[in-house]
Order: sequence, then C-alpha cells, then structure tokens
Amino acid sequence: MHGIFTIFRKEMEDHFSSIRFLLISALIVMVGVIIASMVGMSIQEESKGMAKPTFIFLWLFTSTGKLFSFVQFIGFFGPLIGIFLGFDAINRERVSRTLSKLLSQPIYRDSVINAKFLSGVAMIAIVLVAIVLIISGLGIRLIGVVPGGEEIWRLVIYLVASILYISFWLGISILFSVIFRSTATSALASLAVWIFFSFFVSLGAGALANAISPVSQSASGIDVDAALRNAQIQRTISLFSPMTLYSDATTTILDPMRKTTQALILMGPLERISLSRFQNPLPLLQSLFIVIPHLISIVAITLLCFGVCYLIFMRQEIRTI
Amino acid sequence: MENQTIIEAEGLTKKYGHQTAVNNLYLQIREGEVFGFLGPNGAGKTTTLLMFLGLTEPTSGKVRVIGFDPTRDPFHVKEKVGYLPENVGFYDDMDARQNLQYIARLNRIPDRISADRITESLKVVDLLEEVGKKVGTYSKGMRQRLGIAEVLMKEPKLIFLDEPTIGLDPDGTNRMLDLIHSLSREKNITIFLSSHLLDQVQRICDRVGIMIKGDLVAMGPIEELAKKKLGVDKEHYTLEEIYMKYFKEA
Repeated sequence: MHGIFTIFRKEMEDHFSSIRFLLISALIVMVGVIIASMVGMSIQEESKGMAKPTFIFLWLFTSTGKLFSFVQFIGFFGPLIGIFLGFDAINRERVSRTLSKLLSQPIYRDSVINAKFLSGVAMIAIVLVAIVLIISGLGIRLIGVVPGGEEIWRLVIYLVASILYISFWLGISILFSVIFRSTATSALASLAVWIFFSFFVSLGAGALANAISPVSQSASGIDVDAALRNAQIQRTISLFSPMTLYSDATTTILDPMRKTTQALILMGPLERISLSRFQNPLPLLQSLFIVIPHLISIVAITLLCFGVCYLIFMRQEIRTI
Repeated sequence: MENQTIIEAEGLTKKYGHQTAVNNLYLQIREGEVFGFLGPNGAGKTTTLLMFLGLTEPTSGKVRVIGFDPTRDPFHVKEKVGYLPENVGFYDDMDARQNLQYIARLNRIPDRISADRITESLKVVDLLEEVGKKVGTYSKGMRQRLGIAEVLMKEPKLIFLDEPTIGLDPDGTNRMLDLIHSLSREKNITIFLSSHLLDQVQRICDRVGIMIKGDLVAMGPIEELAKKKLGVDKEHYTLEEIYMKYFKEA
C-alpha cells in the first residue's frame, strides 16, 4: 500500500504541473461554460413569463441549444481527457529509463500500474466535478432555479457514470502505453480506437444492418417489419460502442421524462402505452433501473480493460522494459 | 564476518524461448569483496543481475541474496540491495534532491531521516553544489554519480552496478572507479560490478568472473587466472590478455 500511495502522490503532482493537463482542462471548462451559458440564456428567454417546468435545472446539461449539449460534448470529447492522462503512463518511464529503477525499489510491481490508473481516475473526477459545479453555479444565476434533491442525485449518478466512462478510455490509453514503447505510437493508437468507436461503429452498424436485413422500397411503401428489424440490429451493434452505452445511459438519467433508453420506434407496445398514459416524470429509482444495465456494462468494460492492462504489465519481461 | 557468503547461485539458468541467456551458473560472493563480472555484450550479465534482484524469474536453479530467495521474496532483497542499472534514468524535470526523495519514500525512509541521508550521499559523490539544478541539465558523469548517491541513500549491504563507467570520459571514469573503491573499503559494502571494460575492472576488483555466451568460463582472483592461463612465470599481465584467451577458446 505504501508504494501505491507514494507513486500516486508523485503522479498527481506530475499531472497538476503538466501543461498538457492544463490545456485539456482549460479547453473542457471553456467549452462547458460556453455551452452552459448559451443554453442557460435560451432557457431564460423561453421560460419568461411562464411557470418553470420541473427539472428545468437538468436542461442545462441535456438541452442541445444551437450546437450540442454538455452531455453530448463529454460523451464525444471526454475520452480525450482519459487518453491525454494515460497514453504515456508507462512508456514515458521506459523511455527515461526510470521504470527498471522504480521496480528495483522495495515495492510490489502492481503498485506502479495501480497508482498510475488511480491517479488518472482521481484527475478525471476532479475535472468533471469542477466543471459540473461551475455549470451548476452558472445555471443557478442564469435561470434562477436551485436544483432539488432529486436533481442533485441525478447529477451525482451522471458524474459517476462519466468518471467510469472516461476511466475506460484512460484504461485503453494505459494499455497502449504498456504495449508500445514509443509514446507517439501509443497516443496514436488510443486516438485510433477513439475514432473507431465514435464514427465507424455507428456507420458500420448501419451498413451491417442493411446487409443483414435490407429495407426494400416498393410501390406499396416500405416493409415495416424489415425496417424495424433493421433498426433493431443497428442499435444492437452500436451498443458495442462505449460511447453509445454512455450517451444512452446519461441522457436517460438526466431526463426524467425519458422512460426508456431506446429510440421511439423500437419501443414495445407496453412501453408505448405507458408513455402515452403517464405524462409524469419517472422517479429517480425507476430511471436508475432503466439505465442500470448500461452502467454495469460501462463498469465491466472499464474493469476488463484495466485487467488486461494489469496482466500484460505484470507478465512483461523486465528486459523488454 | 569477512567471509560470509552474500550471494550464492546454484545451477542458475535463464532461457528466453530457445535461447539460453544464462546457463547453469554457480557463483559465490563473499561479504565485503568487489567482484567484477566480465563478458562481451549480450553474454547474460544483466540477466544474471536481474535474477539476483528478483526482477526476472530464473528458468531453473537456486539463488540466495543476503539470505533471501529473490524469486520468492523480492521485497526483502530489494530493500537491502542497491541496483544501478546501465544508463540509469531520472525524472529530468525534478532536481537531484526531489529525485532522491521520491526513491527514499518508496523505500519507506521517513522524510526527516532521508533529508540528512540525501545530503550525506550527495556529498560522497560530490554533487552537493549542483543539488538545486534540474537533473535534465546534468552531464552523463553527473547522472551516473547521482545514481550512486541514490543507491547509497538506501544504506545497502550489497550494490549491483551494471556497466557503471560506460560512456564516461576518462576523468569521470577515474572518479567513478575511486568512488566504488572507497565505498568498498570505507563502508564495507559488497560490490558486484558488471563491465566489459577490462583495465578498469582490473584496477578495483578483488575477484572476477568471465561470462561468455551465458557460461561462466572462469572465476577467481586476477593473479590466479593469469597463472592458469598465461603461464606461471609471466610477470606483467593484463586482464585483457587473460580475457582474450578465454574468449578465443569459447
């Protein structure tokens, strides 16, 4: 434990003093504040002279405004925080020849990788909590509504999900930093995975769905069954992307009016009835039930990714280090 | 005390796939001696050091270092043994004291004790005046001496030095050799040094072992090896002659 703590402390010092981290957090805070103030002002205008709807506070995070919502922004660019924090975690020490020295001190070998991962997670948590607090403060000023207890809990769940999601990307980048000796290669490999999941999975899902279940367009209109099946396949494939998992989960948890993570046409008959009969927002617990499979999947892929990374690092011959 | 065994290897073997890096090594090092481990590049010297430290697992054979089995109990070995890797690295954006303090903390030396120890060991290697500079600005010789300071700070009983003089200029080499010599004489630290620079080893080592292609082909005091290989009546010999003789035979 002692080793982990010492390395953790040094890693945190390094993160805080690195220009790289300063740049990325400044960027995230800047974009976050811009989005929030734009959204806040538009909410302010729209809700002028009328009773404010419940959960208006959460709109700050989910409402898209002119560009995109804060939640979408973190879903898309959040991975970059993780990648920036981790892509040179291990191979930087290798390049500077400090790793073999570090491992010849009386510490357990896994302390190194554990401490590096944990310090990354801590940094992610600090950035995200800070930006959510900044946006909340800005929102309270702009809309003039203080968040209720339930809204705060929803935000907390959102934060936990986001920290886990970005930690997954941290895990990916640390994995590459264990595998590749060059920091440039590991950075590029992490970015490639990010691009793959953010663009190509959804594109590929569409293409694959069309191949498996083509929607034929005839004179009598489209084949509804085929179209439904096509959409179903597309959704299933896109769930392989952590980005889809995350954005489905977070938009649902932050929007109590959403009663399913599915797109509207994919809902079953019962869900459709419930949606048309009951117009009230879902209680927090019910929202949580809907997204719990997503959250568990995010936890699972994060742990899996770190586990692979851990195993490879522990089995690596020191000569190659 | 003088003759107690501090390293003992019995049939130590390390294979990487089909390649044998170290083959059936038998070795005994006594406390307080300076042992020179010689051999060309790729002879398995570093691999042997890594096995002594528990940083890599032997394929077969037994080894005990300061009374512990490094494979099973690397923690205790690493606590009492200092290791200076070839071309040791530092965190270039920190100064000498910060670098050493980090290592001290990893060794669970409390900050109040390590502060004095760091000053003392920097004094031994003559770096006290440069302590505030970032290590990135250090010359090769200074880095190597800082590496020695880092090892000394642990107050080890045994030090492994992997090619400690490689890449140093003549002056730096001399300072390093004198330093190693004085550590052994004044602090009674056992020194196990791997090198392929024979004249330097000859200057400071009590005994040498010659390793070629994973086999330890000879071991003993230099005079003894000279007698054995070069003939009894040869007065002036160099380690290089002995070494080349073994090298040609292998």
